[in-house]
Amino acid sequence: MSWLDRLRGRPLPRETAKQRLQVILVHDRSNLSPGLLEVIKDEIIAVLSRHVPIIAEEVRVTVTQDARECRLVADIPLGNRHSRS
Amino acid sequence: MSAQVITVTSGKGGVGKTTVTANVGMALALAGRKVVCVDADIGLRNLDVVLGLENRIVYDIVHVVEGRCRTRQALIRDKRVPTLHLMPAAQSRDKSAVKPEDMVRICEELRPEFDYILIDSAAGIEEGFRTALAPADLILLVTNPEVSAVRDADRVIGLVEAMGKPVPKLIVNRLKLDMVRRGDMLDTSDVLEILAIELLGVIPEDEQVIVATNRGMPVVLEERSPAGQAFRAIARRLMGEPVPMFPSEDGQGILGWLRRLVRSGGGR
Ligand SMILES: Nc1ncnc2c1ncn2[C@@H]1O[C@H](COP(=O)(O)OP(=O)(O)OP(=O)(O)O)[C@@H](O)[C@H]1O
Ligand SMILES: [Mg+2]
Repeated sequence: MSWLDRLRGRPLPRETAKQRLQVILVHDRSNLSPGLLEVIKDEIIAVLSRHVPIIAEEVRVTVTQDARECRLVADIPLGNRHSRS
Repeated sequence: MSAQVITVTSGKGGVGKTTVTANVGMALALAGRKVVCVDADIGLRNLDVVLGLENRIVYDIVHVVEGRCRTRQALIRDKRVPTLHLMPAAQSRDKSAVKPEDMVRICEELRPEFDYILIDSAAGIEEGFRTALAPADLILLVTNPEVSAVRDADRVIGLVEAMGKPVPKLIVNRLKLDMVRRGDMLDTSDVLEILAIELLGVIPEDEQVIVATNRGMPVVLEERSPAGQAFRAIARRLMGEPVPMFPSEDGQGILGWLRRLVRSGGGR
């Protein structure tokens, strides 16, 4: 990769490879494909909305990892009951 | 004497298992240890050719399993390094001809007579994988610093864990220093960070490996070859000596410092 590419701010192939691997492995290790995560997200939204108002478009469901430990993380912003109903 | 059984495995094929088995086996033998290399790649035998012993095969591991010869009779002794032995694979059979329990039994029989038993696995994670791993005390996981090879290595770590076997130690093979230097290839530190297992050694890309394989003279026999030196270092680590790792280009001297400076400054 040339210095010109670097000047243009392109990431090094090494960095791209590492980032891609990290994403691939999160899904491999947890056995959760990106598609399945979307399904899970939609179902969480459906269930929770029956009990509390949530901001559906801002819900994030991701898999994180620390060494070889995987964790499913759902970030669900609650809507304001008064302004939203 | 009771041998340590070391299985050399990988996820992706063609990453260098046979090369590692032959060279580490020969390096251990050169250091005076009694070594037997077992070719568990049934149907696609290669270890005999890499070691240059292909003309001396009479019996193979399938003959042993089927009781057509004694375990000892299938062993070929290397004339160059007399403490090195090979148990060849069968060429005209399939993987199912040797079962995990057969491999365990053969290793039990060989253990009292050797210091190290090195098993070269077949590519893939099917039957042959379990057979090669069954008797292992130590597992060496070979990978190349490439996305697909590292991904498959990760899968093997998971499978090994599920089998209740010890966590493998990592060998990064075919590292191209000039590419790492340019930022065009994953460095050992990246692979280690991602796989999070212990590193046993790093082997550089080295044309002499191919020359050596063509001649049937493993590259460890070449005093000056960089790969040969890396293989000798791995053998010494296996024997318990602390040997510094192959230097990572990233960390070295003023150039490495400058490189890190430039990298942290630009591009993000
Ligand atoms: N460090 C190296 N430098 C250059 N060439 C190498 C190096 N290591 C291995 N090779 C070459 O790569 C090829 C594949 O190596 P090898 O046969 O050892 O892989 P393998 O993992 O045993 O393959 P398979 O999965 O088919 O059994 C061979 O041609 C070998 O000579
Ligand atoms: Mg092989």
